Amino acid sequence: MERIPEMSRVLPKMDRARPEMNRARPKMDRAAGRPVLDKRMTAEAAVQLIRDGDHVAIGGTLYSRTPMALVFALLRQRRRHLTVSRPLACYEIELFLSTGALDRIVTSWVGIGLPWGLAPIFRHYVERGEVVYDEWSHLAMGLRYKAGAMGVPFLPSRTMLGSDLAVRLDLQDVTCPYTGKRLAAMPALNPDVALIHVHRADMFGNLQVDGYQHMDVDMARAARTVIVSAEQVVSPDEIAARPDQTMLPHFAVDAVVAAPYGAYPHECYGRYGPDLQHFDAYAAAAKQNGPAAGLRYVEQNVDAHADFAGFVAAAGPDRLAALAADAEELMAP
Amino acid sequence: MAITASRLLADHKVVFAGVGMPLLASAVARHRHAPHLTIVLEGGIIGTALLPGKLPISTNEMRAAYGAQMLTDITDIFLYAQRGFFDYGFLGAAQVDMYGNINTSVIGSMERPRVRLPGSGGANDIISLCNEVLIVTQHEPRRFVERVDFITSPGYLSGGDSRARAGLLTGRLGAVVTDLALLDFEPASRRMRLRGLQPGVSAAQVRAQTGFELLVSDEITELMPPSEEEIAIYRELRDGPVKVALEAS
Repeated sequence: MERIPEMSRVLPKMDRARPEMNRARPKMDRAAGRPVLDKRMTAEAAVQLIRDGDHVAIGGTLYSRTPMALVFALLRQRRRHLTVSRPLACYEIELFLSTGALDRIVTSWVGIGLPWGLAPIFRHYVERGEVVYDEWSHLAMGLRYKAGAMGVPFLPSRTMLGSDLAVRLDLQDVTCPYTGKRLAAMPALNPDVALIHVHRADMFGNLQVDGYQHMDVDMARAARTVIVSAEQVVSPDEIAARPDQTMLPHFAVDAVVAAPYGAYPHECYGRYGPDLQHFDAYAAAAKQNGPAAGLRYVEQNVDAHADFAGFVAAAGPDRLAALAADAEELMAP
Repeated sequence: MAITASRLLADHKVVFAGVGMPLLASAVARHRHAPHLTIVLEGGIIGTALLPGKLPISTNEMRAAYGAQMLTDITDIFLYAQRGFFDYGFLGAAQVDMYGNINTSVIGSMERPRVRLPGSGGANDIISLCNEVLIVTQHEPRRFVERVDFITSPGYLSGGDSRARAGLLTGRLGAVVTDLALLDFEPASRRMRLRGLQPGVSAAQVRAQTGFELLVSDEITELMPPSEEEIAIYRELRDGPVKVALEAS
């Protein structure tokens, strides 16, 4: 496969055929240096921190607490040669593919869920060799972010041994110096940028979530730049009232974007359920028209609105109220 | 099939279940003979109770946590598995071979796949790290193949002690449950073996639906048909509580 000039500028030694690992990425020490400032900005301003060729990690998992307001803002920019990683990837991957933004996917699973079948746009690009899919196990993704978050180059594990996934990725073994046991060495993943959606943030970037944490904490601590969207931007006092609920401190965050319904049409724990009808319509169009449907989706749902609030408003108050009621039912067992 | 699988789960054990059939079977067990069965899901959920008729599609959505005892993060839940806390790992399979290796990655070659499947998700970790692995899937020749196109999730690899030699020191494949049969793995060769037949199914029928030579146990049992109670629990979990009006009509 031909080297892409823009990409080799940003990622000096990266070889497209090789799985993306930190051995091609010398810089992993830029964690400090974030002053205590008001970091509030619009999604459009925040995604200016992302450059062509960047590795962007997307928080949440599958259709839960996906930072959709930030994803949409990034889609609008039509960046090129991105790598995207996630624990499990949903159809946002197909939107990046359809708009020509992606060179590489790093995840353990791609789709919406069993009822919607295989992801046709993802299949289109991967089966033609037009995008690289580095398939890791789910735990491997977690340990890769965790190693990145811990500031170590790898973490040992007993998973992925003996599989063709390991062969395909050229995953290396290590021998335990104490017991002689064989372990897989999960290489650290330090994304250029992490996009995270949370329930509450203050203007400095102290973050709180309810319910699942997914892999967000490790992903953000591993990343060089962290952009956060929040259902609510609250006062620092409100954060300090429940410090045990704080998932990440301000010095791990670069930008805070106020985004009510910022995970819609995906779900946000305790706030609103997933919009399954929206998924149905998307999946039907993707099945029928492939990448053209993905591009059309972006034109209609991203480009056609001035901002993400416009997209949310287009869903209508009744739909949003129904999704909030779904969440409420599940929160009261 | 789900009901046969549910009977394999004993009370007071911990099961790490994938969504779909494994989760449904685990829920049936918990509602019938195993009330202390702890169901764990890879979203980071421990001890979920599940809302009948609203079983989760994703292990990461709110539905999956209904009535749960603990929520942690995804990596942490797999590390509980690696520590050895989980008695059962419970999986489905797009393609499984005579050694119990599972493929959910590609049909055809990895370089030029005919069909690119979604990928491992947590399946590779569950089969690598849980103490006993159960597999539930439809019995069809295209699923039961001699060699999988790609080992996404390692079973007994090439048989014998090859799994242990690869560094997978824990975990054994306990059973494969299908709509036709109950199968296990012969202890020396680690090849798949017929152990039981679903009611009304013959060994010849099972062989016809299997794409490799199946070993046959000395004793083949006929599996009990689902009881009315089991069917009622299964339906309620899948479809939700039976509407009173509907029952009256």
